[in-house]
Amino acid sequence: MTSALVLLDHDRGALSDTALQAVAFAGSLGFDLEPVLIGDGAESLVPELGGLGVSKVHVIGHELLTDFAPEAWGDSLAQLVVVSGAKVAITTGTDRGNEVMAHLGAILDQPMVANVTKADPGAPWKLSRIRWGGSLFEHVELEAPFQLLTVAPHSWEALEPDSSPAPAVEHFEPTLDETAARTRVVDRVTLNAGITLATAPVVVSGGRGVGSAEGFAPLEELASMLGGVVGCSRVVTNNGWRPHTDQVGQTGTRIAPELYIACGISGAIQHWVGAMASKKILAINTDPEANMMSKADYAVVGDLHEVVPALIKALK
Amino acid sequence: MRVLVCVKRVPAPGARIALTPDRQEIDTKNLGFATSPHEECAVEEAVQLVSDHGGSSTVLTMGARESEEQLRYAVSVGIDAAVLIPTDGSDLDPQATARGLVAGITVLEERDGRFDVILFGNESADSGGYQVGVRVARSLGRPIVSGIKDIELADDELIAKREIPSGFEVYRLELPAVLAVREGLNLPRYPTLPGRLKSRKAEVASVDVVPEVGGQHKVSFESPPEQESQTVKLGEGVDAVPAIVEVLETLGIK
Repeated sequence: MTSALVLLDHDRGALSDTALQAVAFAGSLGFDLEPVLIGDGAESLVPELGGLGVSKVHVIGHELLTDFAPEAWGDSLAQLVVVSGAKVAITTGTDRGNEVMAHLGAILDQPMVANVTKADPGAPWKLSRIRWGGSLFEHVELEAPFQLLTVAPHSWEALEPDSSPAPAVEHFEPTLDETAARTRVVDRVTLNAGITLATAPVVVSGGRGVGSAEGFAPLEELASMLGGVVGCSRVVTNNGWRPHTDQVGQTGTRIAPELYIACGISGAIQHWVGAMASKKILAINTDPEANMMSKADYAVVGDLHEVVPALIKALK
Repeated sequence: MRVLVCVKRVPAPGARIALTPDRQEIDTKNLGFATSPHEECAVEEAVQLVSDHGGSSTVLTMGARESEEQLRYAVSVGIDAAVLIPTDGSDLDPQATARGLVAGITVLEERDGRFDVILFGNESADSGGYQVGVRVARSLGRPIVSGIKDIELADDELIAKREIPSGFEVYRLELPAVLAVREGLNLPRYPTLPGRLKSRKAEVASVDVVPEVGGQHKVSFESPPEQESQTVKLGEGVDAVPAIVEVLETLGIK
């Protein structure tokens, strides 16, 4: 059977939420899956990979692979592709996943298809991928000896590991020099140790309707009461009311909370694609015709400046 | 120092994307065009780098003649020179785009000297391939990091920061270097009136490149199905508050 390398996106031994979604996607294609872990902390993940239906895991280690290093990760993966004879390489469409796979495509001079939702291996391969952050699908054919792709986050249910025995480890040490490691994380600055926009179970978000930076105070209060964080739309960051780190959308953060509360947000496409993976959406807007109001699970027609404080009072 | 910024003309973000009846193209007749948002920030950064450290900035795009509009916009906010690699406007895959840009950059560097910094957007708003900058940097043998939201130039080194959920990662790159940047890097300025006048008269240079094809071929586009709208209306104004509280309880949030 043809084998496919599946790079598991992790950060210092913490697996990305979407890493096992990519494994599920790759498994659906009928290949012999060979997961790949790169760098320090990677091997500690192996015991968590039982029950995925894989017999071995490649662990790539080298003294230069201390922290994330896009060029060195790309070089390492390219060398493993050659050694293993794999013709297919898949990872998740996260920032890191897309970046490392882009390096692999550049090194092998092969096409790389980002954010794939469906694939039909054949001659040629037929793939569907997302454009515009998810508001348009593109169907493509791939004419290449190697198939390199990333899987659109949240387009597949993650495979759940169980207590089955962990797969065997196959160590691989690539040939790397300082040039490959020149783009390496040399330092980290921790800003928020707690819950973040990307992982919060509840996001209380504000748009143009909030009207000012100060207008976000009630949203902050509601978010903290619900164990969540504040988000916002692009118009808010463009007006300088909130930092860009709070932006939900195609050019901001994609979120998938249990509940998204959209206050005074019209729901332009580029915002919607960042919020559409939310399990439930509650929209509060004076305009009942707003896009967000018709797409939400729950809608309240009203002024957020009245509804949000009243809700806070009721919750107290 | 010499700074190059590569941009792409895309339909203005936020608009609803309609398709032509044969689903081969985006129906652009009711759409305005813009520079991809990440690249607007790349343009602003190029202007700031040159204003802080001296030198010159160039904007480059590969596309139909109409892309001149985006080049002139970049000039109107302070970019010094504009270069177009003209194409017939048809969709190019990422490999083809990168090869064309490398050929163009090589011509520009042979003529006027090496670019110390080349800036790309992290991904284009429309096709979102996440790779053109990486391919170009690899071809030129220069370091690249993607997803950059903060840039500082100290001596011959770029200190670049990338946002991660818990904060920032820090990278140090020796020049010449390439960075793919994200929105949030800065707040792009608007053009001034003198800027607009200057951009109207600015010369847009042309570099001809022999087109190549990559291995990824577009077959068709498809709009995602409209989501079944089953919105539960909870009421109007503050009268809806008890219903909201009930929803929160049902969802187990509180």
